[in-house]
Amino acid sequence: MAQHKVNYTQDGGLPVALTSIDKIVNWGRSNSIWALTYGLACCGIEMMASGASRFDFDRYGTIFRASPRQADVMIVAGTLTKKHAEFIKRLYDQMTEPRWVISMGSCANTGGMFNTYATVQGCDRIIPVDLYLPGCAPRPETLQYGVMLLQKKIRANSASKAQKPKRLM
Amino acid sequence: MRAYTPKDDVQAKAYYTDRFYVAPQVPKQDVSTDPVFAADLEAISAKFEVKESFIQVENMVIYINAKDIYAVLEFMRDSLEYTQLTEMSAIDWLAKDDTFEIFYQMLSMNKRKRTRIKFFIKNGDAVDSVEKLFRCADWSEREMFDMFGIEANNHPFMKRILMPYDWQGNPLLKTYPLEGDEFAAWYEIDKIYGKEAREAIGPEIRDTARVDRYDSERFARLGYEQPKGTKITGNEEPTVQSYQEEGGVFMVTKFDKDTSKIIDDPQR
Ligand code: SF4
Repeated sequence: MAQHKVNYTQDGGLPVALTSIDKIVNWGRSNSIWALTYGLACCGIEMMASGASRFDFDRYGTIFRASPRQADVMIVAGTLTKKHAEFIKRLYDQMTEPRWVISMGSCANTGGMFNTYATVQGCDRIIPVDLYLPGCAPRPETLQYGVMLLQKKIRANSASKAQKPKRLM
Repeated sequence: MRAYTPKDDVQAKAYYTDRFYVAPQVPKQDVSTDPVFAADLEAISAKFEVKESFIQVENMVIYINAKDIYAVLEFMRDSLEYTQLTEMSAIDWLAKDDTFEIFYQMLSMNKRKRTRIKFFIKNGDAVDSVEKLFRCADWSEREMFDMFGIEANNHPFMKRILMPYDWQGNPLLKTYPLEGDEFAAWYEIDKIYGKEAREAIGPEIRDTARVDRYDSERFARLGYEQPKGTKITGNEEPTVQSYQEEGGVFMVTKFDKDTSKIIDDPQR
C-alpha cells in the first residue's frame, strides 16, 4: 500500500490545496528569482560569495544567469561608471517583465566614495530600483536578506499582467 | 628629528595655502657620481643635445629636446641595454608656463639601472609616438591623449582609452574639477534619455552624507519604513521587521528560532 500522507477526512478527501491565481503565480515567481550576473566591482565578490556553497542562493531558487533575457532580477553589484551607464540601461531593457533591480552597495546606491566625474551617482539615475542594500561591501547576509525582502515584495503585489511597468520616466 | 613648530593656532590656520601643493624636492646628485650612468650620459650626449641631467633617488634624469625622443629611445634600447619602457605620461605645468612635461621611465635589467627621459612641450603640441619601439607605449600614449589631450604623431589608433569616445574634456588636467564639469555631470542622462530628460531626473546629489528623514522618496527610516511617497509626519508606527509573512508561504515553512538548531561548533 502506498505510504502517502493524504488525510482523506480533510479537503474533501483530495490531495488539493486551494489558492488564488495571484498567490500561486507570485509563489512561483518569488521562489525562482533568477538573477543576472552583474558584478561591476568589489561588491561583485560578495555577490559571488552569496551564490557559492556557504550562503547558497540556490536554496531560494535564485540562480545566476549570464543572460538578461533569462533573468528576473538585476543585482547591480559595484561601481557604475558613466562609460558603462548606457550598457546597464540596455541590459535592463533586455530583461523581460516582471523585472526587479537590487542596488547593492554604496556605489550603486549613491556613487559611494567615488564622488568623481567618472561615476554615476546612484544607478537609480538610469534604471528604477526596488531595493537598496547599504554597505561597502554589504555582507552576503545582507544580500540574502535583500532577496528575502524582494520575495516578500513580489508576494505582496498582484501578479496580474496589467501590473504597471516600472519606468524611470 | 623634525623642527618644532608652534601649535598654538593650528586649528584656526588652514594647513596649506598653495592651490597646487608643490612637493619639496629630493636632493640631486651629479651624474659623475655613478660610473654606469656617467657612461650612458656620455653616449647619449655624444649624439643628442642634453639640456640637463642629474641623479635623483638612484634614477638618472635627462632632459632632451622633444624632437629627439624617438631616436633617443631607440639608441637607448639598441645600444645602451635599456630594454624596457616601464612608464610614461605627462605632467601638467599649464598654470606655470603653459607647458606639459613628458617623461619616459626606462629600465635596464642587465645594468639594473633606471633612467628617466624628460622633455617639455608647449600646450597644443604633439609628441612623437614611440609605439614602434615599445608596444606598451600604445596604451600609455592613448591614456596620455585621453587624460591630457596630448596627441602622439604616428600612433596607429589615437583614441581615448579610459573615458568613452564621445567624452569631452581631459580629466587629469589640473583645471578639470574632480566632480566633473557640466558635460560630465549630465553625460549619462544626455546620452541615454536626451537633454530634455534633465529636468525630470534632476541634478546629481553629491553630498554623500545627506539624509532627510522626511523625504520618503529617497530615504526610509530603519524600523519605521513607509511606502514611497508617503508624507512623513514623525509619528509613524514602528514597522515589524520579518523575513516572511506570518504563517509562512505555501510550501515554504516560516523560520522559527525556537525550533531551529543552533550550531555552536564553528568547525563542525
Ligand atoms: S560599495 Fe564598496 S565594496 Fe561595493 S563596489 Fe563600491 S567600493 Fe566596492
